[in-house]
Amino acid sequence: MSISALMPHLMLAPIALPLFTGALMLLMREEQQRLKLALNVLSTALGLLVALALLQWSHQPGASSSMGVYLAANWQAPFGIVLALDRLSAMMLVLTSLVALAASVFAGARWHRAGVHFHPLFQFQLMGLAGAFLTADLFNLFVFFEIMLAASYGLLLHGSGRSRVQAGLHYIAINLAASSLFLVGVSMLYGITGTLNMADLAQTIPLVAAADRGLLHAAAAILATAFLIKAAMWPLNFWLVPAYSAATAPVGALFALMTKVGVYTILRLWTLLFSSEAGASALFGSLWLIVGGMLTMAFGALGMLGSQRLSHLAGFAAILSSGTLLAAAGFGQNLLTAGLLYYLPSSTLAISALFLTADLIDRWRNDGASYAPFEQRDKAPFLNAELVPTEGLNLDKDEEALIGRVIPAAAALLGLAFLVCTLVIAGLPPLSGFVGKFAMLNALLNPLGLASSAGAQPGAPGWALFALMIATGLLALIALTRAGIRHFWATHDRVAPQLRWLEGLPIAALLALCIALTVLAGPVMQFTQATADALHAPGTYIRAVMQAQPVPGAAAQSRADQSKDGP
Amino acid sequence: MEIVLVIAIGVLTGSGVWLLLRPRTFQVIMGLSLLSYAVNLFIFSMGRLGLAIDKEPVLRPGLPHDLAHYADPMPQALVLTAIVIGFAMTALFLVVLLASRGMSGTDHVDGSSARDVQEMP
Repeated sequence: MSISALMPHLMLAPIALPLFTGALMLLMREEQQRLKLALNVLSTALGLLVALALLQWSHQPGASSSMGVYLAANWQAPFGIVLALDRLSAMMLVLTSLVALAASVFAGARWHRAGVHFHPLFQFQLMGLAGAFLTADLFNLFVFFEIMLAASYGLLLHGSGRSRVQAGLHYIAINLAASSLFLVGVSMLYGITGTLNMADLAQTIPLVAAADRGLLHAAAAILATAFLIKAAMWPLNFWLVPAYSAATAPVGALFALMTKVGVYTILRLWTLLFSSEAGASALFGSLWLIVGGMLTMAFGALGMLGSQRLSHLAGFAAILSSGTLLAAAGFGQNLLTAGLLYYLPSSTLAISALFLTADLIDRWRNDGASYAPFEQRDKAPFLNAELVPTEGLNLDKDEEALIGRVIPAAAALLGLAFLVCTLVIAGLPPLSGFVGKFAMLNALLNPLGLASSAGAQPGAPGWALFALMIATGLLALIALTRAGIRHFWATHDRVAPQLRWLEGLPIAALLALCIALTVLAGPVMQFTQATADALHAPGTYIRAVMQAQPVPGAAAQSRADQSKDGP
Repeated sequence: MEIVLVIAIGVLTGSGVWLLLRPRTFQVIMGLSLLSYAVNLFIFSMGRLGLAIDKEPVLRPGLPHDLAHYADPMPQALVLTAIVIGFAMTALFLVVLLASRGMSGTDHVDGSSARDVQEMP
């Protein structure tokens, strides 16, 4: 098979392709925007093909577990840096490429001209994301995190303006502090275990001396704090909504992925280091994840209810989704993890689409400007200072009836897009948000599967998550419905929105993917179930990484000779 | 030696955190710098067999090649990477700080007229 022939070198492509594209674009002059845009879209599309190939390779029907392992400098683990590809990494790579492709096409309509170096920064961001998903080494993870963050600082500031610089200042400060925590945690783990390779760490942790175990847990907690800041767990998420809503729309859509990087790292490291096989440290921090995730869910849902701007709504929706994922991950049950892995891509796609749609709706409402005049003064859009609805947006009985007028196609597309986003984010049937939430609720009630878990009780945390998942869905539905009524039904005297193909197409594509996820729920759930089973049985991952042999060659041969000659 | 290092890390972290919580952007950037110095020193002290004192950093003929006789090279490699990345990020933060000051006319971290506002002349 052709993909197998390319492995394991194809694993490097998701990192190398954006790197070279970004470097090439840095050499071009700023006037060559069209060429850069074409290169950006082309490279991202190529990245999507590579990611799909990797996904297919990682999910071969015959093999029980297929792991791609790439020894970057041809040193055997744990001495060299290792890249590892399993189903979870491949799924995240595909999700990244899909969202990135939509965002880059959307940016081509107008936003990429709002500042300089949009396209190279975009590519470097993709490189950092792909690296974070592929690496199997903690310090290498730090480096890729910093690449991703450095590019995100530039992207957040893209378009400039006071609100972006202000939000950027907070965003950079909190992330620099988080990086310090990351380094402290990593170096403590190294001091205790003597390794930074994730698989080797997982092997070493059950053997750590009892006296050092407290220190080990402290190190893991510090490291987790750094990731939880990225994953926007309450109370570490105050920076998210201002930053994400201040960013330009395609950047906001891409940033919806960044919280998922935090969730991914938590999921990956927690299942590896503190799996049920980790001896005295088994499932360390589980309750922290559950409680923190549930508080985040409540915070996100209340925030959605309290926000009037669509971009704030999307930001809080990202927090809500991230909280749901963290709380569900904390249980450490195979079926629940499978459900959350189904929920993760569908909610990410919907939130990205909501960021893009919000930009179009805002411009429609403000006659082409991204900000209405009153928004410059930091006021809410619908209420004036006395909390009375602004004139012209009345919803009272005297409003004229709208009989016999055709809805303009562009307005219909925007309305439909908003409707689909609402259904997925609130978790209503028939779309993928409902399927994901239903899978998680079902797993909470029947932790061992429908047939074999008679008499199993979910327990207090389980019931709490069950109730919260339904309640937050209701709150999100109220918030999104209210926003939809104000933006689509209460605005009959407004001109039809101007919509370009380049802007409508990415939104339609993202939502079509949500619908495809719903239709193909069976195969996708099988895939996520296999992923979850592999995550909760880390032995395969550890064996695959630790037993990968370096390629025999001249350099490896001379190295072997040297070590033979040595004392 | 340990106590000197510990006090240095503690003082740097303490002053870094205090400055980080101040309302002026310049204080925040100084706080972040101090914090990153503290972290770099901390990484140094996290060698496999504890803090290496009076040990060879480079392989020497005649000395057995194991960690009992040499300083652990790993923290040094880590700290080098951390310094480079931290330096670049601080420089970037400095630019954003200046942009914020230029746009809002104040060096308050929220860029708005807090009670103790200091307007630009």
